Amino acid sequence: MSTTGARSQSRFEPGTFTPAPGAGRRGRMLLTHARLETSLTLRHGEQILLTLLIPLALLVGLSLLDVLPTGELDSLSKVDWMTPRILALAVLSSAFTGQAIALGFDRRYGVLKRLSATALPRWLLVAGRLVAALVVVTLQVLVLGAVAALLGWSPSASGIAFAIVLLVLGTLCFGALGVLLGGSLRPELVLALANIVWFVLLLAGGILLAPSALPGVAGDLVLLLPSGALAEGLRAALTEGTVTWGPVATLAVWGVAAAALATRTTRLT
Amino acid sequence: MSAAAVEITGLVKRFGSVTAVDGLDLKMPRGCLLALLGPNGAGKTTTVEVCEGFLRPDAGTVRVLGLDPVREGRALRPRVGAMPQGGGAYPGVRAEEMLRLVAACAAAPLDPPWLLDVLGLSGARRTPFKRLSGGQQQRLSLACALVGRPELVYLDEPTTGMDPQARHLVWDLLNALRADGVSVLLTTHLMEEAESLADEIVIIDRGRVIAKGSPSALTAEHTEDAQLRFRARPGLDTELLSAALPEGYLVREATPGAYRVAGTVDPQVVSTVTAWCAQQGVLAEELHVGRRDLEEVFLELTGRELRT
Repeated sequence: MSTTGARSQSRFEPGTFTPAPGAGRRGRMLLTHARLETSLTLRHGEQILLTLLIPLALLVGLSLLDVLPTGELDSLSKVDWMTPRILALAVLSSAFTGQAIALGFDRRYGVLKRLSATALPRWLLVAGRLVAALVVVTLQVLVLGAVAALLGWSPSASGIAFAIVLLVLGTLCFGALGVLLGGSLRPELVLALANIVWFVLLLAGGILLAPSALPGVAGDLVLLLPSGALAEGLRAALTEGTVTWGPVATLAVWGVAAAALATRTTRLT
Repeated sequence: MSAAAVEITGLVKRFGSVTAVDGLDLKMPRGCLLALLGPNGAGKTTTVEVCEGFLRPDAGTVRVLGLDPVREGRALRPRVGAMPQGGGAYPGVRAEEMLRLVAACAAAPLDPPWLLDVLGLSGARRTPFKRLSGGQQQRLSLACALVGRPELVYLDEPTTGMDPQARHLVWDLLNALRADGVSVLLTTHLMEEAESLADEIVIIDRGRVIAKGSPSALTAEHTEDAQLRFRARPGLDTELLSAALPEGYLVREATPGAYRVAGTVDPQVVSTVTAWCAQQGVLAEELHVGRRDLEEVFLELTGRELRT
């Protein structure tokens, strides 16, 4: 065969592939990876539906329609009651459900293995996804907050900084839970479970219904769920301007436990 | 340039009760293009994945560029490029984005647009990975393996699913890599690919090395009789041709249109074959007397029955 023939017939100049190995700069690796992860999320139609359109529809619908149990409202306007819960839902949707499903399919397509074979260190592989998750949550909060403001939302100014702390912590906690789920099971199973968990936590996990509206000890238990903790923490911060450490502890424990477990169970393919 | 590109001693890898690699030894010098051949399930991919650091050996030692691929993976990975079987990319990522991400992981990468162009992917730069054809996905995966200008590349069945044009491009690329001093560990099912490209061939079966050497040494070593090969239109009556030859000669059609005459070849036999073809109104092309090709050697060593 002629392929082993003279080099002069090659379409490649001698020296084209002369080795020049070495790892890229960390900052550039992180930036490129996080930017790609973010734009993959933002251009994925189902992700946008889940992370933005459904929370927006609930925010607008429940703030304008008269379907909320008015007994829970006390003196609050509906949008003030609703917005902290919708922000908690936004974090649950993108950092947990969206993340888990994306990771499940990324594994099937072999991208983790592909990237693990490059100079990208393992911690950067995780960091890139985390930065992307934080960017997506930031965008969600900006859009949802702007729409809520148009509906008359007036958050307690003194609680905003603490709400940001809770949002970051919530993103990390739900992100770890999302990696735990998406990193170990078949993508079809991840898809089903991530959506079921999303729906259950939305209805019974302290997001749409206040824990105090649930019967008996259920309300106390719901506060120990990451969803209930995040929603209640955000409610206290944004409506009363109160700093509550219970939710912080709950989110931290769930997050650390999920991350520790995920490092053992996550598989590349 | 002290350590070998790859040096494996007594490698054993089990999956449950299945022993995928069973005491394998292999030494691949720097700058060498080594082709790893074997039937499906012989342990080729397992061996490569151990070298990539994805699998831990159950026994034996593996050194890649003098380093342990598991414990010293972080120092090793920037020096190595890998093309795993079945690609590897985000389902929704565009071809160019993926290559740029892998390029960002390297200190002095090749220019991604140039590499896409060379591999015939410039028309698919913005196509999501899951919409690329199998051959295009393979070429993108190859680009990802090469973009970091590695010292050593692992190519696991690189030409699977490629059309002939792409295969020739890859072969040209492999020759350029070798000429530029890159070490290449290639697994393949294509015997002509291994025979024409490789410096060294290692044939493995059931997790063990059963033959190794240069292509010419392998094909010369494993043959008693020379044989006559030729190409003609498919479906010639091989029994009729056998009957025209002296007792003890056997003619068979190995693949459609490729004929082999087994038995001691002398001028009389060549003359009989060409005369018989002329009689049939058939032009015998690529008439070749000599050693058997690598495929014959491979089948002799690993058996002709289909593995289940």
